[in-house]
Amino acid sequence: MDKLQDLMTFEQRTDYPKFKSGDRVRVHVRVVEGDKERIQPFEGDVISVRGSGWDKTFTVRKVSSGVGVERIFPYNSPKIAKIDLIREGKVRRAKLYYLRNLSGKAARIKDKNVK
Amino acid sequence: MPGLIGKKIGMTSVFIDDGQLVPVTVIEAGPCKVVQIKTLAKDGYESLTLGFGERKEKHLNKAQIMNYKKNKITPAAVVKEFRNFDVKNFKIGDELKAELFAVGENIKVTGISKGKGFQGVMRRHGFGGVGGTTHGQSDRLRAPGSIGSSSYPSRVFKGTRMAGRTGNTKTTVKNLRVVKVDVEKNLIMLKGAVPGSINSIVELNK
Repeated sequence: MDKLQDLMTFEQRTDYPKFKSGDRVRVHVRVVEGDKERIQPFEGDVISVRGSGWDKTFTVRKVSSGVGVERIFPYNSPKIAKIDLIREGKVRRAKLYYLRNLSGKAARIKDKNVK
Repeated sequence: MPGLIGKKIGMTSVFIDDGQLVPVTVIEAGPCKVVQIKTLAKDGYESLTLGFGERKEKHLNKAQIMNYKKNKITPAAVVKEFRNFDVKNFKIGDELKAELFAVGENIKVTGISKGKGFQGVMRRHGFGGVGGTTHGQSDRLRAPGSIGSSSYPSRVFKGTRMAGRTGNTKTTVKNLRVVKVDVEKNLIMLKGAVPGSINSIVELNK
């Protein structure tokens, strides 16, 4: 695998704010419709950050009109225009899959910066 | 068009133009040198022999050394023959590189698959196993089932699929799409998997 590392150039994104599990982010996704390109925001809580380096992905979960929606984004995807960090969450786990079984008030994540 | 000899470097994933993440196998394809040209007049058929990599002179026999010296080319580690195309446009010593293949093309890759050792029929031939563990049945989950009838023909037919050595055979995968070509580094990226382990030699054909 070392040879693979030597031969290939893996360009990684460095333009994002630092975020981790529990944070609320707004991911601006480039969407191509016909020959037009527009930006579609996807706002939700980061419930998992998987892998490292080139293969890193993160999962964003939101509840849209009562239905839970999750999207997995490759961290280095050129489809992501930008990411806004909306608020930092206070959580004790790296993978927040337990949120899938919770709804309403119980599914909220505490704000790290509010005492 | 001739093909190329290459070396499997490994697998990774790359983004293509529309932002899709595609799993790719990276192959170091060439540079391959034309080592020998066979002609209809001399050999009865037309073909190009391509050489890939380098080999020390001490590992060659005298006939090979003389052939390389006569044509003033450095000895190659691997040689393979390619046929069924017009060989007139080539001469000995010509270098063929990764640019032979263009992005979007579907190509054929031949290599030696990884050896799996002695395997049962489920892994080797995709059998389904015999059945459940109920009705007093035990130890039959991965069994091959019947291998023939009894009084007639009183033997097992040749070619009946059974357990045995698996893998380590010449394998061809067709219709692998070329995702990227790096002409400078002689790299070809193909969508999907390619037979063989890392560092094994593969043959690329159109």
